[in-house]
Amino acid sequence: MTPTWVQLANLLAAVLFIFALKGLSSPKSARNGNLLGAAGALLATVVLFISGIPLANILLILAAVLIGSAIGWISARKVQMTQMPQLVALFNGVGGGAAALVAVIEYLEVGGENKISLAATVFTVVIGSVSFSGSIITFLKLQELMTSRPVIIPAGKWVTMLVAALTVIGAVWLVISPQVWLLAALLVLSLIFGMLFVLPVGGADVPIVISLLNAFTGLSVAASGYVLGNVLLIIAGTLVGASGTLLTKEMAKAMGRPITSTLFGAFNGTTAGNTSTGGDRPVRSGGPNDVAIMLGFANKVILVPGYGLAVAQAQGTLRELADLLTARGVEVDYAIHPVAGRMPGHMNVLLAEASVPYEQLKEMDEINPEFASTDVVLVVGANDVVNPAARTDKSAPIYGMPILNVDQAQQVVFLKRSMRPGFAGIENEILYDQKTMLLFGDAKDSLNKVVSSLKNL
Amino acid sequence: MDGVALLTIFILSIFVGFEVVSKVSTVLHTPLMSGANAIHGIVLIGGITVTGSATHPLEITLGVIATLLGAINLVGGFVVTDRMLEMFKPKKPVARSDDGGGE
Repeated sequence: MTPTWVQLANLLAAVLFIFALKGLSSPKSARNGNLLGAAGALLATVVLFISGIPLANILLILAAVLIGSAIGWISARKVQMTQMPQLVALFNGVGGGAAALVAVIEYLEVGGENKISLAATVFTVVIGSVSFSGSIITFLKLQELMTSRPVIIPAGKWVTMLVAALTVIGAVWLVISPQVWLLAALLVLSLIFGMLFVLPVGGADVPIVISLLNAFTGLSVAASGYVLGNVLLIIAGTLVGASGTLLTKEMAKAMGRPITSTLFGAFNGTTAGNTSTGGDRPVRSGGPNDVAIMLGFANKVILVPGYGLAVAQAQGTLRELADLLTARGVEVDYAIHPVAGRMPGHMNVLLAEASVPYEQLKEMDEINPEFASTDVVLVVGANDVVNPAARTDKSAPIYGMPILNVDQAQQVVFLKRSMRPGFAGIENEILYDQKTMLLFGDAKDSLNKVVSSLKNL
Repeated sequence: MDGVALLTIFILSIFVGFEVVSKVSTVLHTPLMSGANAIHGIVLIGGITVTGSATHPLEITLGVIATLLGAINLVGGFVVTDRMLEMFKPKKPVARSDDGGGE
């Protein structure tokens, strides 16, 4: 039996986790909230070691904790902010994998006498494994180690349904008649299902899936807590499962995506697919000087930063341009789409890093009425979030997503690397519009040239 | 603890989980997800516990892997969330003056 003081320490840790989530919901308290969560985790871990509960293999355990902590710490410190979404996906995946393994080991140690506990074990293994393999696929997609577009397997819908059915049958069978080989088979089936679940998801839906898998891992951790009779795991896992579910819903709403299409995309086979490849349609391209003149003599300019800006690490240069324009008396604002970058809030983080004053960042609802009275919109490395296909083209995978209405401005300038479509893989009609000018090249390079042209105006 | 008590804790936690994040601005979606992601890294406790009672080499091996993965999730999760949030630390309008121009 766990000593009372250990239980009380765990209660304190659970309360700290609640404060952490509460704190993370508001900008002022977010950082402290996160630190409170870390304090709770540290408390619970230290208490476990000094609780006097006998731990075999203590040296191996300590080594695993230390090495794991070092890997987590270093990768979190070293990662470029632009690659942070995939790191979060990866962390989530290993958490799910850990929960699944914990349940497997507990089964090997204790067996399947207690049916309710066994059901919780099976739940942990299935959900934890789905979260693990699904997160690995999202990581590969975001890291662009594989295509970020939806991957359609021939007859994928039927394969997915078959694997899902087999997983459910295997799970039920395992509870009725516990056998180790069946557990191993279930583990493999769940891993395959996790991959099939995420492969057809593409573009804008990827962050939503990460959030969903995050909630999954939470639930599997909660179930593993039931298996082990550990109250802290139940509370922490459930908190994440519940808040993660709500967050997934909110994210989907912010991006105008029906959550069911993300969830059941694998079954429906609803896909982006037919993108009209524009081919050799004419576009109007210009040089840095043209762009500098357009911007320099405008009254009102709106900057629309996107993921391409982040990739080129051009946040600082964009700010320099904005400062120059402001000095010339041009009214400058940044229009931040809720999912600019790769995840909600990602662009705010990146621009804050470049010391862009917070009050110049305008959220979508605030800035959208402004476009009609704007002379020039400068779109840097963004595409999907300004694509009017989201309003007009029912077959487009981003249809229904709220966008920045840059097409209402007098003139639009796109800084782009190439004519390649955005993350969601859809052609953008604005690019071919009469009032649009394109400046091809690396975002940082182009911005630098525009800045120096502007200085010579 | 008996099953009903654990179930009670589970159900009440669901409500708390929904309640604490009910009002969150879009800007904080990613840090919040990342922070929640760190919190479920507490599965580390589970990894340590099962490894501590494992006897068979296979169980020990799997246990060490689970512990390692849990530690990565827990520590990495909190550190990366902190990095996202340190960008939001209160900054006076002094930031206007040139402080080196970013990267």
